[in-house]
Amino acid sequence: MIAALAFYVFAAILIASAVMVVTSRNPVHSVLFLILAFFNAAALFLIAGAEFLAMILLIVYVGAVAVLFLFVVMMLDIDFSQLRGGFQRYLPIGAIIGGILLLELLFVYGSWQFADGSAGLRMNAMTADGVTNTQALGRILYTDYIFLFQASGLILLVAMIGAIVLTLRDKRPDSRRQDIAVQVARAHAVTLQNVEPRKGLGELGIIRRPLPAAPKPRQVAHDDDHGHGGGHH
Amino acid sequence: MTTTTGMAGDTTKLMTIGLAHYLTVSAILFVLGVFGIFLNRKNIIVILMSIELILLSVNLNFVAFSASLQDLTGQIFAMFVLTVAAAEAAIGLAILVIYFRNRGSIAVDDVSTLKG
Repeated sequence: MIAALAFYVFAAILIASAVMVVTSRNPVHSVLFLILAFFNAAALFLIAGAEFLAMILLIVYVGAVAVLFLFVVMMLDIDFSQLRGGFQRYLPIGAIIGGILLLELLFVYGSWQFADGSAGLRMNAMTADGVTNTQALGRILYTDYIFLFQASGLILLVAMIGAIVLTLRDKRPDSRRQDIAVQVARAHAVTLQNVEPRKGLGELGIIRRPLPAAPKPRQVAHDDDHGHGGGHH
Repeated sequence: MTTTTGMAGDTTKLMTIGLAHYLTVSAILFVLGVFGIFLNRKNIIVILMSIELILLSVNLNFVAFSASLQDLTGQIFAMFVLTVAAAEAAIGLAILVIYFRNRGSIAVDDVSTLKG
């Protein structure tokens, strides 16, 4: 009786806060209602008997993801009123698709039933010998599902490295980075000229400077490539 | 709001929380998430939050079936869904931050400018 009343209260708050997440005018309010929705979902998990998942939901979502959302919303200087533009335009199509989806889901949920031998197909049946939910989860997570567990760890590692690589801006003074503007501005210092053979460079408008020292004869062609005044002797 | 679907709508049925209650709540939550994606077409932050709502409804389904069938596999799977959802939120927000750095806006309509 108490559990049923608690379920109804938490479910009602969950759905109401989900509505507020979707329709709220201010994204900060959206994030705060999302946190409320996660709290109520954790309460529903508790009623269903999944204590470990409820606590994980609070730690991971409220502690990390929702705070991340809040951080990003507050960090970016965005004119949110401008982003509300298509609200009225997309309302009918969203309502139609949402209504159809809800109808389909209700049809599915209203007519399905368990197969006859479904109780025999359980892979990890819960035992009733006083083992807590967390302990029971740990017993199968680190044995039967160890490879999936490692794979999820890899996913988190890749996500962490990806997020750092995407957002890192390295501004150390001694780091040598490519500065495209400076490269483009050097166009007159290093330039390639298509010089016709047996023609003087002066006819092409290329200024020749005298060589600083007596060059080796082989360097003439090299200097012509660079165009800044290789001497012809 | 919450009714027992597919079962007799007794008062006693209404007061014992079963699988149908959880499935109904999860269905409403899923539809709200999809609705939010359509409603906030320009605001990608709210779209990401709607995706979180959808994943939460999926988790609710997993946990409800796990409790109803007395099988722990659903909870294990819900944990992996949670992991992937956290990674997805982190990557999505990182992409959002660099997009805002380049464009000065997070309007999703502008993303299609690369299409040529």
